[in-house]
Amino acid sequence: MNTPIQAALAAVGAAVVVVGGMLLAVTERPPIDSIQRGFRGSGLDQLYNPRFLAQKEAENVIPASLPRLPDVGAKAGTAYKNVQVLKDVSVGNFTRLMASMSTWVAPQVGCAYCHDVNNMASDALYTKVVARRMIQMVQHINSDWKSHVAETGVVCYTCHRGNPVPQNIWFADPGPEGTPGYTPAVGKNHPATVAGITSLPLDPFTPFLLGDQNIRVQPAEALPGTDNSSIKQTEWTYSLMMNFSQSLGVNCDYCHNTRAFRDWDQSPPQRATAWYGIRMVRDLNNNYLVPLTKEFPASRLGPLGDGPKVYCATCHNGVYKPLFGISMAKNFPELTKVSK
Amino acid sequence: MPEFQNVFTRVQVKGPSHIGVELPRGSWERTGKPFHLYLLGLIGDAQVGPIYLGFSGIASVVFGFIAFEIIGLNFLASVNWSPTQFVRQLFWLGLEPPAPAYGLHIPPLAEGGWWGLAGFFLTASILLWWVRMYRRATALGLGTHTAWAFASAIWLYLVLGFIRPLLMGCWCESVPFGIFPHLDWTAAFSLRYGNLFYNPFHMLSIAFLYGSAVIFAMHGGTVLATTRFGSEREVEQIVDRGTAGERAALFWRWTMGFNATFESIHRWGWWFAVLVTLTGGIGILLTGTVVDNWYLWGVKHGIAAPWPNVFPPVVDPATLVTGVGK
Repeated sequence: MNTPIQAALAAVGAAVVVVGGMLLAVTERPPIDSIQRGFRGSGLDQLYNPRFLAQKEAENVIPASLPRLPDVGAKAGTAYKNVQVLKDVSVGNFTRLMASMSTWVAPQVGCAYCHDVNNMASDALYTKVVARRMIQMVQHINSDWKSHVAETGVVCYTCHRGNPVPQNIWFADPGPEGTPGYTPAVGKNHPATVAGITSLPLDPFTPFLLGDQNIRVQPAEALPGTDNSSIKQTEWTYSLMMNFSQSLGVNCDYCHNTRAFRDWDQSPPQRATAWYGIRMVRDLNNNYLVPLTKEFPASRLGPLGDGPKVYCATCHNGVYKPLFGISMAKNFPELTKVSK
Repeated sequence: MPEFQNVFTRVQVKGPSHIGVELPRGSWERTGKPFHLYLLGLIGDAQVGPIYLGFSGIASVVFGFIAFEIIGLNFLASVNWSPTQFVRQLFWLGLEPPAPAYGLHIPPLAEGGWWGLAGFFLTASILLWWVRMYRRATALGLGTHTAWAFASAIWLYLVLGFIRPLLMGCWCESVPFGIFPHLDWTAAFSLRYGNLFYNPFHMLSIAFLYGSAVIFAMHGGTVLATTRFGSEREVEQIVDRGTAGERAALFWRWTMGFNATFESIHRWGWWFAVLVTLTGGIGILLTGTVVDNWYLWGVKHGIAAPWPNVFPPVVDPATLVTGVGK
């Protein structure tokens, strides 16, 4: 072989290494396991990487629950001052829940994260006001949204995972402003981390999970004339659906037969669960999270001054069922019904 | 003896640079002093230049540059003129067509007007390049096959960006500029119109696309394999079939019972390539104008196979009158 050809081969080899390295950095290394869910050959498969699955399992181990005490003795509402929600819970189980909450939400600071330790009844800390509303929210989810959470239910830990602020929350994000006179801020065409790092809309939450904009964009008729949805509108729906996919760690066909996204007759039943989930998240954002905005200090607010809000990943954390479907709520019956 | 069993071209003829045939009267001069590059010789001809500029060529490059600048400066504006962010986000940045509210009206520059201008200059540039291709071919006394093949690609481009939006009554139906934006748009297009895979012209286009690759590989492989018998002079072998052509023909007759000829294989390749974008353009043109949901159209015409339902029955919760979701 002569030298120029060797040099050329070396250059090609170096290029292959560089490009291959870049590809490996942004893609998943095999193996990929596929799990068939639909009819054979229809490709309705869920794809999992066993390496990531092991990591996910480790991240979703539930903490040990403190043993539940007999429901006897004085009620929290009479024993303590300023108990507004958990009045009818026995003092023993009230204390048990409080201790659990401190490990679920503020393991570093403990009680003092929400309470003035010199006066536990005081509402001086905003965190206590927020926590009280969050208990009401959990009770509301477990009793009124069984269409989504079934009997599994949720507790503080489902979202908080030992963090004072759950890791997956959202704020309004209109995207970079751009420059007047040039391309306007269209809310997309920048890396959308909430939608699989595509160039799709950056904030699919505000229209669909706060507002109730129409998500359905596929016409119900073969021929034109019945549906005015635009391609641009479809991109917003697409962004929302990509967010669902990454929030739950599933493919599109976890909920849809992808040959006909709109067709309910061919859809896996999870799609109906997700439909209720969308309504649930809208309800929580509008009736629990947004009204709390005024309680938060500025440091807890988004760049536009809006409060933290929830979406699928807040509870799901990248798993198709939060905590792989293990129910923590069954050990905390005071969180499964709305307090009077 | 030259060796042909190699990825790269091993034979590089060293000689004086070839200036090209005489040009017809009135033509521009070719420009640039020719030179040779060994590395280019590995993948093509080692001689670089001279190049023929010509009116349509220069106009095409200028118009193309204007389009490139409009798109690039809009990208830069969308990251507030930050060169760092421009580089980091380059693949994500986009220049969007106007919003649906504008219909076919001309929007303000900042609301899609820049998109229209970029589209105009890019289209002008492409059409001028076509003119250049056509006229250079005739000037050399060639047929105009490449120009018409290019025209087929232009057809798909025009359908996507101009003809179909015109028929739909909205510039908003057109494609954004940008690497990822246009790919995301493509997926959204298929989603909006009920799955493009059930569009028969999309099927044809894919078949011709994959077919083009197969035919190209078969032809390239055949010629390389018979080059040692002289098939690199394949045009001569069309009319004066030597041992290379005979062996190639025999190979395919043995393996699949039928063979193209040294002439017809090029027609196979040309037509397959041309039909990719010709049928693709028809498929796009029919989408939204004639058919709104390709899957349902496929069901209607018996091309969507019914599958046994393996899931328990699912009802659209929006159709239920009771329950928390109402």
